[in-house]
Amino acid sequence: MEALYAFCVGILTTCGVFLVLRSRTFPVVVGLTLLSYAVNLFLFSSGRLAINSAAVIGANPTYSDPLPQALVLTAIVIGFAMTAFVVILAMRGRGDLGNDHVDGRIPEYSSLSDKEKP
Amino acid sequence: MSHLAILPFLLPIISGLLLMLPPLQNSIQRQRIFSVASGVVLVIASAWLLAVTAEQGTQLYALGNWQAPYGIVLVVDPLASLLLLLTSILCLAVLMYACAGEDQTGMYYHTLILLLVAGVNGAFMTGDLFNLFVCFEILLIASYALLIHGGGKQKTQASLHYVILNLVGSSIFLFALGMLYATLGTLNIADMARRLHQLPSDDLILVQAAGMMLLIVFGLKSAMLPLHFWLARTYSSASAPVAAMFAIMTKVGIYSIFRVHTVIFGEHAGELANMAQSWLWPIALLTLALGSIGALASANLRLLTANMVIVSVGTLLIGAALGRADASAAAFYYLLHTTLVSAAMFLIADLVARQRGKAGDRFVAARCMRQRDLLGGLYFIAAIAMVGMPPLSGFIGKALLLQAAQTFAEMVWIWPVLLIASLFGIIALSRAGTTLFWRVSGQCNGEGDKAASIQILAIVLLLACSPLLTLFAGPITDYARQAADVLHDPALSVDALLPSLSLGAE
Repeated sequence: MEALYAFCVGILTTCGVFLVLRSRTFPVVVGLTLLSYAVNLFLFSSGRLAINSAAVIGANPTYSDPLPQALVLTAIVIGFAMTAFVVILAMRGRGDLGNDHVDGRIPEYSSLSDKEKP
Repeated sequence: MSHLAILPFLLPIISGLLLMLPPLQNSIQRQRIFSVASGVVLVIASAWLLAVTAEQGTQLYALGNWQAPYGIVLVVDPLASLLLLLTSILCLAVLMYACAGEDQTGMYYHTLILLLVAGVNGAFMTGDLFNLFVCFEILLIASYALLIHGGGKQKTQASLHYVILNLVGSSIFLFALGMLYATLGTLNIADMARRLHQLPSDDLILVQAAGMMLLIVFGLKSAMLPLHFWLARTYSSASAPVAAMFAIMTKVGIYSIFRVHTVIFGEHAGELANMAQSWLWPIALLTLALGSIGALASANLRLLTANMVIVSVGTLLIGAALGRADASAAAFYYLLHTTLVSAAMFLIADLVARQRGKAGDRFVAARCMRQRDLLGGLYFIAAIAMVGMPPLSGFIGKALLLQAAQTFAEMVWIWPVLLIASLFGIIALSRAGTTLFWRVSGQCNGEGDKAASIQILAIVLLLACSPLLTLFAGPITDYARQAADVLHDPALSVDALLPSLSLGAE
């Protein structure tokens, strides 16, 4: 289970980092979302992975650490708010700057299609 | 238990929320009076807290009376109390300046400033690494909204970069937190420092990686060398009061480096002792060098000020790199000075830009300013303080830092870089001043708007702190020294903060 879990976090992080490095705002936003998923899973695993052990004393012979769950909950809320903000900002940028490049202008030597070049 | 310690965090949140409620929300006049009044109350509360801390030592506030390390604690040690007062004074000046009309460019201006202050104060006070993250997010989301306040192409472009960079920074912060919790089993800063000694050697590398990731995050916030590219554009495109308020935000990063990499990974950390110092050395010197080159290359006053902020970050990082109590004390004194003066310079740049018509604050000949003598005088004082010439406080701060370099190698590296950077600063600022105030086309016939008296008052409030820092340099450096001693002494910065654990051990 640990290996699968670690693999998932790794894949999510890799995709997130790759997308964050793209030049359009939409992939960047998606990349940030993937990164925050990876972070949430990673935080969750910091209390060690265990099956059949709720964070309640007495319900099971073993119980899991409740703190990472609280941390993940906080991180999810904050991450969600930030994603909402960055989506709105990206749309605003598209409106204000006339394109969705993160720099606000399409560079001259760009792989983007000719139609979109200024 | 006294509830004074939580006031600097609660006051701005509550007054910020009250500003959004009906009796205040629909009248800008009432909003202004209320927010400036809450700024004054905040200054009084912080000064009181400083007095209490100076008298009784570190104040510990356990939220919900859950004792550390199981509950969340606020720790007001001398360093935190000093920085809280600094933030409050800056907040008051910024709120006053904004009352002259800047707050009408969009909604909830005062609320956002107060929430930003709550985040900054929380970050200075928290004794818990996860709460440091939460406070970072509070101050960041307020700063995102403030940066884009008023709108405009430039602001959108700058804030897009700023927001994305900081979101990536937050992810890295959380990764580091997860690693630290998984290996150390705690998030309390003092408890982390204690448990670092009981760590199995297999986990050392994980903790080290987490510590370096934290350094990256704090470096991003404080704009140290490879992570500083966002700063100049962000600060120069923000509106003046916001840029002035942002002057404290780089210092939050510096403060976190001091807190985490001294208390947890400081000289008492066993195998991981002083692990950040070897990286901080070149970074500090290069930040300083690049900032001063940027200052020379700046084309307008706001950009120049932003580059001077980078120079000050480099100077403060030198204090962190030296890693001794006297160097930290010098850095804390310099931090107080540089925050207030760079904030004042951002405000002056705004007034200059308003009175020069089309030319703005660019370094070109333009029409005569309406209040040239007044603004010139303020600029002159701010520039002297900023580059660190006597008799103002920048000189004392830099002299203390130069003095803190003790071995020959330290002197060889620090003295030339710091002094040449100061020289570059003098050249850049005097060139800027001569162009802005003396290269005038046409007659001085008093066109343009006059600055509102409350704006001038706000700038004078900030600038007056510089001579005060000089006059009371004795007590302030003593207190900074005390703050540094607390930070560097594990008996005071670790054991004293975990009363329940030391009781159990007895």
